[in-house]
Amino acid sequence: MLEQIIITIATAATPLLIAAVGELVVERSGVLNLGVEGMMIMGAVAGFAIAFTTGSPWLGLVAAIVVGALFSLLFAFLTLTLVTNQVATGLALTLLGLGLSGMLGEAFTGQPGVKLPLIYIPVLTDLPLVGKLLFGQDPVFYLSLLLTGSVAWFLFRTRAGLTLRSVGDNHGSAHALGINVIRIRYLAVMFGGACAGAAGGYLSLLYTTQWIENMTAGRGWIALALVVFASWRPWRVLAGAYLFGAVSIGQLHAQALGLKIPSQFLSALPYVATIVVLVLISRNRRLTMINTPASLGRPFVPDR
Amino acid sequence: MDNTGSQTTSNLLEVRGLTKIFGSLKACDAVDLAIAKGEIHALLGENGAGKSTLVKMLFGSLEPASGDILWKDQSVRVNSPGEARALGIGMVFQHFSLFEALTAAENIALSLDKETPISEIAEKARELSKAYGLPLDPFALVGDLSVGERQRIEIVRCLLQEPELIILDEPTSVLTPQEADKLFETLERLRAEGKSILYISHRLEEVKRLCDRATVLRHGKVVAHCDPRNESPASLARMMVGDEVVGAERPPREAGEQQEMLGICGLSRKPAGPFSVQLHDIWLTVKSGEVIGIAGVAGNGQGEFFEAVSGEVLQEAPNVLRIRGEAAGRRDINDRRMLGAAFVPEERLGHGAAPALRLSENLLLSRFRTDASAFLSNIGLVASGALSKASKRIVADMDVRKSAEDPEASALSGGNLQKFIIGRELDRKPAVMVVNQPTWGVDAGAAARIRQALIDLARGGSAVLVISQDLDELFEISDAIAVMHNGHLSDPIPIGEATYEKIGLLMGGADAAASPAVKEAV
Amino acid sequence: MRVELVKRPQQSALFSALSPFIALGLTLIAGAIMFSLLGKNPLDALYYYFIDPLTGIWDPGNRWQLHELAIKAAPLILIAVGLSVCFLSNNWNIGAEGQFVTGAMAGSMIPVLFPEFQSWIVLPLMLIMGMAGGAAYASIPAFLKVRFNTNEILTSLMLVYVAQLFNDWLVRGPWRNPEGFSFPGTVRFHEYAIIPQIWPDAGRAHWGFVFALLAAVAVWFMLSKTVKGFEIKVLGQSPRAGRFAGFSASRMVFFAFLISGALAGLAGISEVAGPVEHLNEKISIGYGFTAIIVAFLGRLNPLGIVAAGLILALTYLGGEAAQISLQVSDKTVRAFQGMLLFFVLACDTLIHYRVRLVAPPAAKPAGAAATEPAGNA
Repeated sequence: MLEQIIITIATAATPLLIAAVGELVVERSGVLNLGVEGMMIMGAVAGFAIAFTTGSPWLGLVAAIVVGALFSLLFAFLTLTLVTNQVATGLALTLLGLGLSGMLGEAFTGQPGVKLPLIYIPVLTDLPLVGKLLFGQDPVFYLSLLLTGSVAWFLFRTRAGLTLRSVGDNHGSAHALGINVIRIRYLAVMFGGACAGAAGGYLSLLYTTQWIENMTAGRGWIALALVVFASWRPWRVLAGAYLFGAVSIGQLHAQALGLKIPSQFLSALPYVATIVVLVLISRNRRLTMINTPASLGRPFVPDR
Repeated sequence: MDNTGSQTTSNLLEVRGLTKIFGSLKACDAVDLAIAKGEIHALLGENGAGKSTLVKMLFGSLEPASGDILWKDQSVRVNSPGEARALGIGMVFQHFSLFEALTAAENIALSLDKETPISEIAEKARELSKAYGLPLDPFALVGDLSVGERQRIEIVRCLLQEPELIILDEPTSVLTPQEADKLFETLERLRAEGKSILYISHRLEEVKRLCDRATVLRHGKVVAHCDPRNESPASLARMMVGDEVVGAERPPREAGEQQEMLGICGLSRKPAGPFSVQLHDIWLTVKSGEVIGIAGVAGNGQGEFFEAVSGEVLQEAPNVLRIRGEAAGRRDINDRRMLGAAFVPEERLGHGAAPALRLSENLLLSRFRTDASAFLSNIGLVASGALSKASKRIVADMDVRKSAEDPEASALSGGNLQKFIIGRELDRKPAVMVVNQPTWGVDAGAAARIRQALIDLARGGSAVLVISQDLDELFEISDAIAVMHNGHLSDPIPIGEATYEKIGLLMGGADAAASPAVKEAV
Repeated sequence: MRVELVKRPQQSALFSALSPFIALGLTLIAGAIMFSLLGKNPLDALYYYFIDPLTGIWDPGNRWQLHELAIKAAPLILIAVGLSVCFLSNNWNIGAEGQFVTGAMAGSMIPVLFPEFQSWIVLPLMLIMGMAGGAAYASIPAFLKVRFNTNEILTSLMLVYVAQLFNDWLVRGPWRNPEGFSFPGTVRFHEYAIIPQIWPDAGRAHWGFVFALLAAVAVWFMLSKTVKGFEIKVLGQSPRAGRFAGFSASRMVFFAFLISGALAGLAGISEVAGPVEHLNEKISIGYGFTAIIVAFLGRLNPLGIVAAGLILALTYLGGEAAQISLQVSDKTVRAFQGMLLFFVLACDTLIHYRVRLVAPPAAKPAGAAATEPAGNA
């Protein structure tokens, strides 16, 4: 029972983790992309559509990643090349993604989905207590952990990661040193888009295994909050994602138990929790100021 | 006067007809320049003459519109700073290209083109800094360091690339006179090692002392190549400005008892942000008729002090600050203005003026309360007619040059916007004027006008407090100079007793209390 | 090729006026492509989208459609006018949808909880309650931003979900109409609680549209003529300049959120007391988000917002018309609106920058910056 609950928590946490780690890289490069929700839902619809037509959930996942990255290019072109306001453009990406996905996904509403298979390793998966937990989950779960570790390693242990952080700290200085700020930011935004797309694909290929309009239900926004909550550190994103996974699974179980609390109040819990967590983390202005990438959201026009 | 190339057979770097155009402005117009091996070559010119544009082209951050760059007699194109570094050109920026959230070693790593482990870089940096007498801690966060320390990182970073030509952009503007002396020693040593240095400055004394040759720019054009040792500061200044340079005229103060206009009694302030300075128990009196200067290296609490005095940040007790005898510590900036005070902050765009608002609207920014009767109708509507009339008056008074009838603030050059902002406050005839960096980045003509206006205001019976990092400026206009260091303010030293050395020592943190001579002077 | 921006010394007045129209034009082109890809004749589709709902202008028989346009435009304009104050002052309230729902709930309290209370004063009270409800709800992100430095984008957005869920609970639970055959929703409002129609004979448009126009004119006046408007612009552009002027950024956060919350709340109660006539779970159909597009298309100018609100309202009606006539899914509407915002933002770049295409430096054809190769070594 407990093992099963932990596994469902992991299933709820994984999409948040992937999307948030992607956005973390974007924000570390100094770009605020509020379009996570839009990229995620595009990933979800693309993943479902390709998996449904080809029958392969893997192709679906790849499609989700590719579509997420391509969709983020729109944002990158506007904010990085045309230097539009990042907040407004991020909102536009979300609105466009929700609209487009609704249109593209209409044909798939109510269709049976194709599910990503779970891992099965003989003997290991059958181990009592921890077998399923450690060796029997879906492959994306393992990839999400690997992703978190790789991003942490990349950002803090490699030269390229240092360059990316430098661009987020002071794009003027980076430009003066000959670092190609715009190129790095394009790559970061596309990485974030790919991650958000993957997270969306996970939702439609595993978490619900069907296409429902607006199925991301604010998860993209929660992922954004997680990045702030984690003070732009990958491993803390992991902790935050599982905390939120626990809250959303907890409220589902509470609903199932038939508590006297109206189900709507329980459904509101993850959103309220997001606000509470944001308040707790941001009340220390000093800490927030130190951790926030200093160029975050600021426009940059290189002089030539 | 032109002796380019006549003494040396081969130049390390030669520039022919280099031109850069921004919109309709020729920032550099067919510039010629030659730098020999092992020389310190000065690039002179006032603000806006095109010095920074020129060196940015040499360093590959700007693309020239036309012209040739020859490196060791080979024609080259420098497309990026990386290519410049590969050639052997290093650069120490005026506004440092550093990253506050990273350590010194990480900052250095970012400009090395091959991937080297941080620990190795730290070790090398430590060795090099020791060898050149530029102590630094490779693992310190840059955000925690003083400007002098930051410059050391820039220099060490540049030296680690083993450049043959080092470009230094206004390096002494952030140093105390004593620190500058040390820097000159380092530069002379580099010259002895056979390295060439392009030294950008508008400080003529140090150019005369340090440099072997000089190229003078004015309005983007080379006006002279010369040997600075054969010139006087006055002749160099004439070349830079193209006109006789007149210093501000400072008539003696009227005799008799002067009234206290601004009194600061034990002002302290906790640091506001992660990298800001704490103010410790500051006492200062500014009387009518006098100009008091506050010297100090950037980042020693001047900004925090200005915010506290202006009322952008309130004090804890009302009596900490008096304006014309009234306790004003708990009054906000507009109440302080109502008491007769006026303020000009350091940052022009985004603090003293809103960039996308028109000049006439920016006039309202600091005066909608004090001049409500003139600029607002009786039901509180903005009287745009009165505003544009007043704005025209200020433009005429201060000789503000602009390209449109009522342009946005961001469309003006730095000097012209500063003249407008100072004029906006002078137009009120304030009893107390507090100015932070009145002529920073301003051309010589505008600077002279601003300085004279401040002196005239004081002599007309107002009290003027000028915060500046430019010692020459303070010596020119002040009746007494106090020094701010690390959030402490020294007692003011009357101008007759002040010397560069004395002020420089205080700027470097010599304990004012421990030097009785300084204490007695007041 | 790379795109290079050259900052204009002055904002271009020409492009300030032109950019929304260029954006509209580009959206139409993109829309035509979209419809072709969906296998529809793009000209037919655009006709049903943008012309058919307007036939009432010359055809009295279709005049009801203009009323429907006003009904759709009213909440969009009301909300967007409030948002313009927020966005101009750099406060990113994106939770107008939640404030809309809260306003609807607060205003509905009177007819739902006190159905016996029937008097002419009921409606004004409802409108005031609606505004108060929206403003109170908007004050939460404002308070969190001022007091705890919490990002208002995320908090205001999260509160949308909370408000929708709360409304859902109300209309299925305590406020459900006992005679509603277990459909969620409150009792139908009595006549004193309904906003009258302007010309009942011609169509359903109600006084909510007039509220929207009044709000737009009032806010336009405030923004362009008063010191408050000046304060909003200064604080939005540079908070430090605002502090130098003696304006309080914290008070501005509250001011902007309260105004936009009140207007969103007014839109909400006008919707339930207008065309819907009772509170149900479906009142939240995204006006609060579409209004963001309206605000930007109107270039954050309340008078421009009136025009923009009518255009976006047109896309809703057009979507319905196209669905009926061409079997184009009404889901295209939101895609259309999303594209529009993208083009609006992209075109606004032209106001501040000249855009030029530059060839990469390796091969420099004529037409690129007048650069002559500096003797490639």
